[in-house]
Amino acid sequence: MARVELNNLEKTYGGGFKAVHGINLHIEDGEFMVLVGPSGCAKSTTLRMVAGLEEITGGEVKIGGKVVNTLPPGQRSIAMVFQNYALYPHMKVRGNLGFGLRLQGRPKAEIAAATAEVAKILEIEPLLDRLPKQLSGGQAQRVALGRALIKKPGVFLFDEPLSNLDAKLRASMRVRITDLHRKLKAGGMSTTVIYVTHDQTEAMTMGDRICVMNAGEIMQVADPKTLYNRPANLFVAGFIGSPEMNLVEGRMTQGSAPAFQLGDQSIPLTAQVTDRLTSIPQDAVLGIRPQHLRAASAADMGAVAARIAHVEFMGHEVYLHADIGASRVISVLGAAEYEALERADETVQLVADQTWLHIFDKHSGANVSLAR
Amino acid sequence: MAYDTSLALQDAAALHLRRRARNARIGAGLRYLLLSVVGLIMLYPLIWLVGASFKTNSEIFANPGFLPSKPTLDGYINGWQTSTPYTFGRFFWNSFLIILPKVIGTAISCTLVAYAFARFDFPFKKLLFGTVIATLLLPNVVTRIPQYLLFRDLGWLDSFLPLWVPSAMAGDAFFVFMLVQFLRAIPRDMEEAARVDGANSLQVLIFIVVPMLGPALISVCLFQFMWTMNDFLGPLIYISSVDKYPVSLALKLSIDTTESFEWNRILAMSVLTILPALIVFFAAQKYFIEGISAGGVKG
Repeated sequence: MARVELNNLEKTYGGGFKAVHGINLHIEDGEFMVLVGPSGCAKSTTLRMVAGLEEITGGEVKIGGKVVNTLPPGQRSIAMVFQNYALYPHMKVRGNLGFGLRLQGRPKAEIAAATAEVAKILEIEPLLDRLPKQLSGGQAQRVALGRALIKKPGVFLFDEPLSNLDAKLRASMRVRITDLHRKLKAGGMSTTVIYVTHDQTEAMTMGDRICVMNAGEIMQVADPKTLYNRPANLFVAGFIGSPEMNLVEGRMTQGSAPAFQLGDQSIPLTAQVTDRLTSIPQDAVLGIRPQHLRAASAADMGAVAARIAHVEFMGHEVYLHADIGASRVISVLGAAEYEALERADETVQLVADQTWLHIFDKHSGANVSLAR
Repeated sequence: MAYDTSLALQDAAALHLRRRARNARIGAGLRYLLLSVVGLIMLYPLIWLVGASFKTNSEIFANPGFLPSKPTLDGYINGWQTSTPYTFGRFFWNSFLIILPKVIGTAISCTLVAYAFARFDFPFKKLLFGTVIATLLLPNVVTRIPQYLLFRDLGWLDSFLPLWVPSAMAGDAFFVFMLVQFLRAIPRDMEEAARVDGANSLQVLIFIVVPMLGPALISVCLFQFMWTMNDFLGPLIYISSVDKYPVSLALKLSIDTTESFEWNRILAMSVLTILPALIVFFAAQKYFIEGISAGGVKG
């Protein structure tokens, strides 16, 4: 029913600044799609074009198979939750929830019934006769959610809905929203969600699929697991994951076997990597997640010497910041592993788990180790 | 020994605190005294006016104090009758007939214009807004004669139309400017939420923007009320028959037509004339201040 298609969608502002560069994205009916990216990547602009709050200057938006480019927001079968709640300050919670239905001219009894139902789902019944200014952030966000829910829209649009909440509340709202989505879907309601956030934790935990954006372009669209394990390019590799993936610049050399040349050290690449390579770029970037960079034992091949720069104790883990030549890397070690670390003059031997090692083309940024 | 020292220290501290509290009290007393004196000086003409309106005509210039020696209501009773066939009540009614449509027209037209300027993009918007602001800088007298000729040709002389119509067409640029500034400080999210909820531009204005503009609109109405109540030149130019005179003209009337001025009547009617403005102002003071301190609105 409410499949959303963005076809060559563009946004150019009056001054000639192009914010969105012809993106293509198809969101299936009932799917929870997260748009994520750093601030200024035009994810909000994209969402607002779907909502009809921002003029579309190129391409088209289809909702449920219908081009909606020129339809006003009220006729697009959408509901939106805003970052700062945007509750109507002069109306009580009840009035806020029922406003959309009131505009549609629905009978009072129907509005009251719908309000009661939504209030029950979101546990805001005791708040119905309060004004927005008498609500806490979490309560206000639940009311904003209710205002969207009551319209039974085809598509829910969320514009960074949790970023004004504190960390604890954010975690519980995350669960609440995903639960709600699952329940509605189970109840047979068409509930496509487009959720904009700059927080990768939200993106990873909530999305069926995630669309990573940067500078008005889509970097990769995939489910969370794929995004984490098989990033398509340098941007996604660096953006997803915490602590960040180590990205080290160097050169690929082709002797008897390909190796990654890092300053005066060389890492011979095993079949685990070479089997996956689609090309061998001259200037390359090696990517390895901190938890896949371990302390090397004597038996390990391809260990490199790293000088400890800084150590963060996280309790059960230790974040070891170390310099390999001019590059800073982070390695996540177990506390016991850290204690057992052999060090000579603050220099340790680290080795990368080549199953999870990525090679990127430095110039195009593309991941060239995704063949398998 | 150590015990004694700490006691002595405590005493010294207590003494210091007491002294500071006393100094603060004296300071506050002095401040209020000064403020009261200055306030009294500023209010004195008004107090004198009220006092003098209860004096006899001969006492007004004989006794400089503001308390009448023999209070009398003569000024009010005779002043209310006026020297015309009408009572002062008629003039109040005329003032009301001018003010009410003018205030309503101003509120509606200025809100519409300000909403358009603050929220929509249309061709020549900057130029048009510049023009509106430019009329703010234009001295009123410059437009008096062309305006008079225009209204004469329309056949509107000696009617209230020349007083109503310019305001109902958002002719008061100051109010448009004030509302635009106020609107700019209000985040657009609520309006966007309303549009997503299915409201069209006019519904957004009526259901969302106007309630949020409340304090500013009250200030606009209050300003317009007071300015119209006090407006002398407008009615003087356009209204010629006495039965349509508002109070501002009627007051002057009692000076013109009597041979020896009955000052106590004039003063008594002046007191009545300022009463409505005072009452309305004090009743709406809270909103009025909220409205003109528009920069302070936060989401």
